[in-house]
Amino acid sequence: MNTILKKSTSFYDVYERRPGADKLTTTYCPGCGHGVLHKLIAEALEDFGVRDKTIFISPVGCSVFAYYYFHTGNVQVAHGRAPAVATGLKRAHPESVVISYQGDGDLAAIGTAEIMHAANRGEGITVFFVNNAVYGMTGGQMAPTTLVGQKTMTTPRGRTFENEGSPIRMSEIIATLDAPVFVERVMLSDTKSTMHARQAVRKALKLQIEKNAFSFIEVLSACPSQLKMTPSRSKLWVKEVLEKQFPLGVKKDISAEFEKRTFARNVVKNEDIHDILNIVTVDVDSEKIRQYQDKPINEEIKVAGFGGQGVLSLGTVLSEMGMRHNYEVSWLPSYGPEMRGGTANCSVKISNKKIGSPLVANPTILIAMNRPSLDKFENDVVSGGLIMYDNSLIDREPVRDDVDVIPIPATKIADELGNTKAANMVIVGALIAYKDLMSQQVILESLGDVLKRKNLVEMNRNAILRGAEFIRNLKK
Amino acid sequence: MAQSKSRGHVVINTEECKGCELCIEACPSDVLFLSDKFNTHGYHPSAYKGEGCTGCGICFYTCPEPGAITVYKRWDLMTETAECPHCGGEYKVFHEDETPDVLICTNCLKAVNGE
Repeated sequence: MNTILKKSTSFYDVYERRPGADKLTTTYCPGCGHGVLHKLIAEALEDFGVRDKTIFISPVGCSVFAYYYFHTGNVQVAHGRAPAVATGLKRAHPESVVISYQGDGDLAAIGTAEIMHAANRGEGITVFFVNNAVYGMTGGQMAPTTLVGQKTMTTPRGRTFENEGSPIRMSEIIATLDAPVFVERVMLSDTKSTMHARQAVRKALKLQIEKNAFSFIEVLSACPSQLKMTPSRSKLWVKEVLEKQFPLGVKKDISAEFEKRTFARNVVKNEDIHDILNIVTVDVDSEKIRQYQDKPINEEIKVAGFGGQGVLSLGTVLSEMGMRHNYEVSWLPSYGPEMRGGTANCSVKISNKKIGSPLVANPTILIAMNRPSLDKFENDVVSGGLIMYDNSLIDREPVRDDVDVIPIPATKIADELGNTKAANMVIVGALIAYKDLMSQQVILESLGDVLKRKNLVEMNRNAILRGAEFIRNLKK
Repeated sequence: MAQSKSRGHVVINTEECKGCELCIEACPSDVLFLSDKFNTHGYHPSAYKGEGCTGCGICFYTCPEPGAITVYKRWDLMTETAECPHCGGEYKVFHEDETPDVLICTNCLKAVNGE
């Protein structure tokens, strides 16, 4: 133990970040438990020589300004999210010591999900959970840890089991999970309990420094202001009342058998991304797309049909191919929760001008692959637009007489090719041939980049060719 | 301030003390008391009687303010003194292990001989 007990070097000498004239004292009320826990943590960081590689996460609550005081790395995070941010920090900087410091409102109410999952993953962080059974900063409202019968701002007659439930014992809950290594509840009441808390703080931090172990230290602490007691009386209350609901002790400790956890930092390099995603890039021959460069084009396409007909992928092929012709493109899907069946549609824009919105309300081209789609979107098509529909599935003709209408038995053609699902590519081939939007050769060459199932590329090429052939025969 | 022969010694930074009285209550030797004076925040700060500190450190760990209390455990063995320009008087001094040339005043924790 040090022979001189003085302000730890883990604290700033002067709290420059604190606004106002007073830059020497904390923002905590007289007798607050936060300061004591701050001192225990600061002392441990100094003694272990890790201050410079510590990242202290300030929560929302009374300790929101912990970054005024701690001469460490600091991040102040959204309410309850400290364990999530700590996860990111620790994984990005595995060598650092990451401390998530949270109150009962922050950890056990709004941040319940974050702490549960960070603990369940056993992130290599240390969590200090300050439990004072009340919302301190906001004015003494009921906390998840407020005792039954305890009067607060929002439970003026006292918390009841029937109305508000009973206080949550977070340490016990965390201890049921597999991954946490060290879980203990301590209190800051008398000298003995404070010195015991000091040991728990040091053990938890040591476990992170040496083994990247997840530790959870719940600290029962006094809030004299919101308990409306003197500091001395509130500390006695922690011992005599609070501790009865939240029994002290080690709730879980597997530190002896826990082996150092290492975090592999798997950074994906740019050049590897194509391999990982199995993307093959074919360079587009600029000669082949030259004739499309100056073509004024501004197509708003609605593709609609049953889910499973390849409606969305028809749209992605059109937009991907548009990109290869240096067009501006957008693709916006709309579909139900089903992967097969149900209705699906997508909006595709292909333009040589910048696209403001991906929404298509009045398409210049409607591709209808089933009857409900034709019924739904026929009237939306702009005058002079194009309706291309699969007449092997749709048993009526469009009624509009101010638009181009191309019936194409896409599903039947695809069936003849041996795969009904290629109907969408038949339509791609037909549309490109009819509107001359893009180079068919470029599309055939780069189809392999766009389709996920590489074994189907050849069959889809044939479908595109058959669609184009259909249009050629039509024009004769 | 009287420089006692006690084993320990405690220095209260009156401007950082919020007068919560926890140290006074916790002190086993009963050598701390609440001062009659006010600090600039309007609190009565805690004060040391000047004799009888054992250097146990209980007040330090009880105090919520990081810099309000400094405890010297082996006060009777600290013999080096120097004139402190900040406090205006002769006080015991010490130095950190890594900076043996910098003498620090035990009363204000500032260097007595420049940086």
